[in-house]
Amino acid sequence: MSPVLIIFFVLAGLAVLGALNLVLQKHPIHSALSLIVVMVCLAGLYLLMGAEFVAAVQIIVYGGAIMVLFIFVIMLLNAGEEEHTDFSKIAKFAGLPLALALTASLAALVVKPGQNVHGATQAVIPKATEQISTMLFKDFVYPFELTSFLILVAIMGALVLAQREKK
Amino acid sequence: MIAFLQQNAFWIITIVKIALLLFIVLTVNAYLTWFERKVVAHIQSRWGPHRVGPHGLLQPAADGLKFLFKEDPTPLGVDKFVYYLAPFLALALSLTALAVIPFGPDPIVLFGQKIYLWITNPDIGLLILFAITALSVYGVALAGWASNSKYSLLGGLRSSAQMISYELALTMSVVGVLLMANTFSLTEIIEKQSHGVGGVGFLGWNIFAWGKDGLLFPQIFGFICFFTSAIAETNRAPFDLPEAESELVAGFHTEYASFKFAMFFIAEYTAMITVSCLATILFFGGWVSIFPDSWTITHYIPSITLIPFGLWVIYDGLKYETIFGKLVLPAVGFAMFAIGAVLLAGAWIAPLHQVNEFIQPVFWFTAKVFVFLFFYVWARGTLPRLRYDQLMNVGWKLLLPVSIANVIVTAGVILWRGHV
Amino acid sequence: MVPTQYYLLLSAILFGLGAVAFVFKRNIITIFMSIELMLNAVNLAFVAFSQASGKVDGQVFVLFVIVVAAAEAAVGLGIIILIQRNRQSLNIEKVNLLKL
Repeated sequence: MSPVLIIFFVLAGLAVLGALNLVLQKHPIHSALSLIVVMVCLAGLYLLMGAEFVAAVQIIVYGGAIMVLFIFVIMLLNAGEEEHTDFSKIAKFAGLPLALALTASLAALVVKPGQNVHGATQAVIPKATEQISTMLFKDFVYPFELTSFLILVAIMGALVLAQREKK
Repeated sequence: MIAFLQQNAFWIITIVKIALLLFIVLTVNAYLTWFERKVVAHIQSRWGPHRVGPHGLLQPAADGLKFLFKEDPTPLGVDKFVYYLAPFLALALSLTALAVIPFGPDPIVLFGQKIYLWITNPDIGLLILFAITALSVYGVALAGWASNSKYSLLGGLRSSAQMISYELALTMSVVGVLLMANTFSLTEIIEKQSHGVGGVGFLGWNIFAWGKDGLLFPQIFGFICFFTSAIAETNRAPFDLPEAESELVAGFHTEYASFKFAMFFIAEYTAMITVSCLATILFFGGWVSIFPDSWTITHYIPSITLIPFGLWVIYDGLKYETIFGKLVLPAVGFAMFAIGAVLLAGAWIAPLHQVNEFIQPVFWFTAKVFVFLFFYVWARGTLPRLRYDQLMNVGWKLLLPVSIANVIVTAGVILWRGHV
Repeated sequence: MVPTQYYLLLSAILFGLGAVAFVFKRNIITIFMSIELMLNAVNLAFVAFSQASGKVDGQVFVLFVIVVAAAEAAVGLGIIILIQRNRQSLNIEKVNLLKL
């Protein structure tokens, strides 16, 4: 049991617990906090794999901006606890087994080692940040500029959608 | 036993460093509150705390005891988990940011182990600091929401909106430095600033940017944007409308009483210290001294400042009013004088010379951080508060365009020169 | 070192949990958060493959996914605010008619 494996199991266990908590909690703000825990654990896993820039971007953008947006909306809309409604009987009995079947089939697909994916992983990629930046600005410069345009469109869309109607 | 220590030396050293750093930072926080009250008081033509110990120096201890013993009420109807989580989150994040700050370049060599003056030095040190700044919005937002009070909610929302707005200008203003340094690692950023043109040390700092390869774009606008955004990010005056007493009771920490309020308090002051450290590292050369390294007098500056300061404390203590002051202050002053004299003796005694060389970068780093903390307190005592819409205007319409323009001009200068 | 299959298994479990939350929860915001959870699971798979192959293409794609998720969250939350204004409820069972 190398230390890397122990850290992996701790972070993975915490991520799964966070995701379970997201499903099981009734108040959306507790679900949001559990999702933040999942994201921070995933950032830790990215660090473990040597993807340090992606880990930092995950915490800064996902954990520090997107989830803050979620929490603002939950606070502003005063979202309360979920009301207890009766959904269909079929969903209650067939829901959980079907969900397990979905996860099991996905897992069975990915866990088989393919030709290109070796059993053990290679070492940490050296100078990943430099390589990412070179790729972003050389090979993928067109999608990169398009995403900036996409963000501008999203900002304008959110502004238009959320503004109060002029009486 | 020795074998066990040697095998796990890395973990033991790290744990000892963390404990030492926590102790030092908490003490510095306590005396930073004393310093702030004294300086703001003198700006306002009054004395600050001056009764609790000689010159009020035991006031932080009294405040700490008060925070421990005060009643800790919990309001009705709060969301218990989030209410208790918010101050812990704020404090934990603020203290974690100190793990990546380098305090000096040379390692202490003890029993064959090299002990560096930082807890960790990752390749993306600066990004980790920004990640922690991004996460610290949660402490404020969750505190405001969980308190089940409209003042807290409004204060929390305003405060967190202000923090995320100024985060943009904060990170943009640093990109100029990153372009010149080509790395995210804090120690390497300091290394790149350590060579001034013609051997003049301080011109190599990023704020002057006149390294031995020639003049790049001086990062003055970057520094001004950075420091202003940092003051707004830590919710300090003149950007402290969300927690100003006359406006919103106390903003997001209205419903938090003794110990939990102390946690928010410590989190705020630790954030101040972290930002001051960051400003010195990024723009003012970190531990690089003002005088060029070729002058031998640079090694004795710490001792040369300690000796007259110790003598002044002795003189001030001897004519102090209370008996406690008459005993304690001269003793402290004599200790300072003795340390300064011993360090100065390093000019002639060889092992003390190495101690001098080791202390000198740490002294410069601490002195520069202290200057920035003084700026923080000075700004609080002098400037009037900005109204909330003025605050948001400054963040979005002034600081963000200036920092983006700084990035463009820096990049243009680097391209024109052809190399960094 | 950790084998890639472990990361992919974790990614599959997280994706399954996100799908479960998407189907069974009533609050619109929680459903939206489950979408973000599924996107995160996919990001994990991308980074795992990037490490296995030694190239950084996977990490570049993760950056694009994060940006698109941010844009989607902004617009989606705007729509959620509008739904709350029109239906006065965040329960998705109330949003079941094409006309108001």
